[in-house]
Amino acid sequence: MLPGDFGQAILGQAALPETVAAFRQELGLDKPAYIRYFDWALGAIQGDLGTSFSGRNASGADRSAEVVDKIAPRLWNTLFLASMAALIAVPLSLILGILTALYRNSFFDRSVNTATLTTISFPEFFVAYILILFFASLNQIFPSLANVDPDTNFGERIYRTALPAFTLTLVIVAHMMRMTRAAIINLLASPYIQMAKLSGASQTEIILKHALPNAWAPIATVIAFNLAYLVVGVVVVEVVFVYPGVGQLMVDAVRTRDIPVVQGCALIFAVTYILLNLIADIIGIVTNPRLLHPK
Amino acid sequence: MKDKFIKAQQEKLTLGAIDRRQFMTSAIAAGIAIPTALSLASDAIAATPKKGGKFRMGLGHGSTTDTLDSGTSENHFTLVNGYTFGNHLTEINNEGKLVGELAETFESDDGKTWVFNLRKGVEFHNGKTMTSEDVLASYEHHMGEKSTSAAKGSLSPVRSIKADGKYKVIMELDSPDTDFPYIVSDYHISIRPAGDMTSGVGTGGYIVQSFEPGVKSVLKRNPNYWKEGAAHFDEVELLSIVDPNARQTALISGEIDAMDRVDLKTINLMKRNPNINIMQATGTAHYTFPMRLNVDPFGDYDLRMALKWAVDRQELVDKILLGYGAVGNDIPIGTANYFHNSDLPQREFDADKAAFHYKKSGHSGKIQLSAADAAFAGAVDAAQLMANSAKKAGIDIEVIREPNDGYWSNVWNNDAKGWCACYWGGRPAETMMFSAAYVAESKWNDTMWKTTDSAVKFNQLVKDARKELDESKKRDILYECQRLIYDDGGLLCPLFNSYVSANSKKIAHGKIAANWDSDGAKCVERWWFA
Repeated sequence: MLPGDFGQAILGQAALPETVAAFRQELGLDKPAYIRYFDWALGAIQGDLGTSFSGRNASGADRSAEVVDKIAPRLWNTLFLASMAALIAVPLSLILGILTALYRNSFFDRSVNTATLTTISFPEFFVAYILILFFASLNQIFPSLANVDPDTNFGERIYRTALPAFTLTLVIVAHMMRMTRAAIINLLASPYIQMAKLSGASQTEIILKHALPNAWAPIATVIAFNLAYLVVGVVVVEVVFVYPGVGQLMVDAVRTRDIPVVQGCALIFAVTYILLNLIADIIGIVTNPRLLHPK
Repeated sequence: MKDKFIKAQQEKLTLGAIDRRQFMTSAIAAGIAIPTALSLASDAIAATPKKGGKFRMGLGHGSTTDTLDSGTSENHFTLVNGYTFGNHLTEINNEGKLVGELAETFESDDGKTWVFNLRKGVEFHNGKTMTSEDVLASYEHHMGEKSTSAAKGSLSPVRSIKADGKYKVIMELDSPDTDFPYIVSDYHISIRPAGDMTSGVGTGGYIVQSFEPGVKSVLKRNPNYWKEGAAHFDEVELLSIVDPNARQTALISGEIDAMDRVDLKTINLMKRNPNINIMQATGTAHYTFPMRLNVDPFGDYDLRMALKWAVDRQELVDKILLGYGAVGNDIPIGTANYFHNSDLPQREFDADKAAFHYKKSGHSGKIQLSAADAAFAGAVDAAQLMANSAKKAGIDIEVIREPNDGYWSNVWNNDAKGWCACYWGGRPAETMMFSAAYVAESKWNDTMWKTTDSAVKFNQLVKDARKELDESKKRDILYECQRLIYDDGGLLCPLFNSYVSANSKKIAHGKIAANWDSDGAKCVERWWFA
């Protein structure tokens, strides 16, 4: 169990037993955990994520924000960054994956593999710092701070989020690219590809027309997995680039024990994960209808 | 070489690290003629503020739970932001002196009844003229029955507060306190228009345009600001950049003009950058290891003394603060305080004295010391260093690493732990610091130093000091108070940490205040673009 509660966390050194007790009573933290959980779950089913604990502590005036209002603008930022990274990373890794499958074991294949595996092996903050060093510090091409706000216009937003998007791209490309390559190479050994080869189809034709349609299912699963990661797991990149995303909000909420916000974030993360995986499964079935019929 | 030296000395002079006389001495020693040296000195001091520009500052604090209500201001971001858009009855100026702010003057005949004469013609950002009604409402916000303002405790001695006309406020205290005007300069007690304590409307030099908790605060200059020679920038952007590397990169690449809390590990790399100034101010903030007298074995005078002699303070300054700080002398009053007792000999590591007192105490076995980095950065390492030096005196200290979560509730100021690491920001007035943690009735009395003869005497002396209007008598009393803590108290205070910040060379400023980081947290209204 997480030690401490909101009162103790927010008052810190100034916490007195009576003020902490007052906080507990006001926030309902004195009730048993299961009652609080069912209260929250009942609200969540009806679309009410509750109110944040913070902002209640002044002269009885309740200025606390709805959890939804706290999460919404940051979730939009996170989705923006995730989409930007995905728009670069997904086509790039598909193309690289297909090309490396096409020219497998060539010098090109090896160097792409080495490069992408190198970037995935480093921790994200390291990749981020390296990019900052070369593109913000030594050559001031991009800003090192991605501090966007709701008034930032679209172009400026893209410019400001360029470095975090590149960082995320470097971190996820290897996984998707290698999966694409492996799925295609795996199929190249199957009899129907041999057949296609014998009937005189070119290498490109074989891969794009015959192998790829059957490889979509595993590729879609890996892409979904990485997209989910882009939404739920980019706290480190947010901190390094000072990007106001939902990860930072959740970390702050955990630190101050603002449980309604933590629960709201967790719910959204879980939903994102499940939805993306569902979409991947649907893509798998649509591209390969045989999966609908058990053998 | 000479130019470089003189330039460095000039910078020190502007920062207030040396005075005019020291500057002159060093300039003449460097072979510069007196008239030239004099003009160099005035150049450095008389750099006249210029108006204009957009000031962007990166701060190492800020959380999504921040608000514009000064009552719950709890980190350096909200502090700087609060001082930028709000004013208080009094303020501590960059010389460390208490002066009137929204109260033009303040006076008391007996230290018990305080009269604050408000400045006339001051306007809030919403156009309303500031009167005693607003001051009363603001104080009610912090003192009211239901208030959970962090200033409630420090305002508890106020028995009544009333207005006498539109521009006079009278506060009556329970008992005399000649340092009370210091309390009203507290960053929590900002003056806001009656009926609106939370939306960020103040009387300050800048008007809040937008505020996103944990992200940034955007402000623009208040064209009707009453204070002269302050608020020079046109626009201000305060950014919360918690990651030290991101903050430093932003400063180096010119995305911000100033930052607080430089990472000491990489400070030498920052120093090499020709466009950046590093600033250091040692104020009242200090790291302590309070021993609780009501927990065995710390009730024993000799054992406390043994531990006080067993710490290598200079080693802690060198290794924990990397030289950015000063040794402490087991008193919670630093050299930045006006009545700092400098007569007390500086305690140093002395294995013989420590062993002598340890033997006399008759204690044997391990002494447990609890620490977590929640107390201060490097607290666990500091405790380890203390255990190592104590070993040389034959004292066995066992360092217990505590979790950061709930540290202030479960470890610090808790009878379950007799000795732990702690941090204090310090107070501008000596009696305020004593009231916070050393008088018997304080709830934060973390040493429980209450019942020994010296402690009883100390409590009486603090009361006397609060009554005393005569400065030299007050000095004698406060010196004695410090001597009592130094000798008998449960306080082991080995370090005074410096505030280390950095800014672009484009920024100019006068002498830097040391009462808070960032020029007393008032850099936004005090600094300008050169």
